[in-house]
Amino acid sequence: MADETKAPSAPMDRPSRPAGDGPRSGGDRPRYGSGGGGGGGRSGPGGPPREGGRKFFRRKKVCKFCTEKIADINYKDYRLLGQFVAESGKIVPRRLTGVCSPHQHRLAAAIKQARNIALLPFAGRAA
Amino acid sequence: MNRTYELMFIVRPDMADEDLEKLLSTLETTITAASGSIKAIDRMGKRRLAYMVRKFREGIYILMTIEGAGTVVHELERRLRVTEQVIKFITVRIDEEQKRLDKIKQLRESRKKVSAQPVVSAEEAPVVPSEAPVADAPAAV
Repeated sequence: MADETKAPSAPMDRPSRPAGDGPRSGGDRPRYGSGGGGGGGRSGPGGPPREGGRKFFRRKKVCKFCTEKIADINYKDYRLLGQFVAESGKIVPRRLTGVCSPHQHRLAAAIKQARNIALLPFAGRAA
Repeated sequence: MNRTYELMFIVRPDMADEDLEKLLSTLETTITAASGSIKAIDRMGKRRLAYMVRKFREGIYILMTIEGAGTVVHELERRLRVTEQVIKFITVRIDEEQKRLDKIKQLRESRKKVSAQPVVSAEEAPVVPSEAPVADAPAAV
């Protein structure tokens, strides 16, 4: 019995944020709109796995370089760098891509080097 | 003080092959004169530029790996700036980065060994020692 009462209480403690005021906090904070999560934001992002609210589950973004263990961020690898450059030629902020801080640092440096040698555009699409 | 540098430069797309070879050999003499050495030359071929450079939309990319002191790079960049056919260049020091990468690689390998060893020993240990070699031997042969 003791185990049973403990088990549900542990997960209840953690997602305290979206439990009660889920619809409210989810509503007024738009979040960075990369995903199409605007439609049915009933359950808060990363909230408890409630039945029915699973459809609009927002995945936690993870650093591509950490998960794939890419140690070398090189300016010559313009295909890799191109994934982190927006259509306009801008470096995509890491709040959108989920890249961790040290890797974003190296990434930005590499993109700037690649721009210098005309592997990536400064502005607009690669002609 | 020897350092490793990587020099990438673009020459105009209408350059003939023999002219390019001539340019490369002159660069080599420049480097050796400044007591440096060329480790590798990679002709990456013609590629579209991401933006227009001196009214060219494409260029021939060449990648060189050079070893030597900073004065080599100084002299080489001066030479490239004067050379008409070279439309863009970039020099990057790579030895520090390489050192970092080697360190990471070493670290990962050492971690792999540590994680692999206990599993092997744990499997072997519980098995009765007299039986294990006998069972293994026929399977191996």
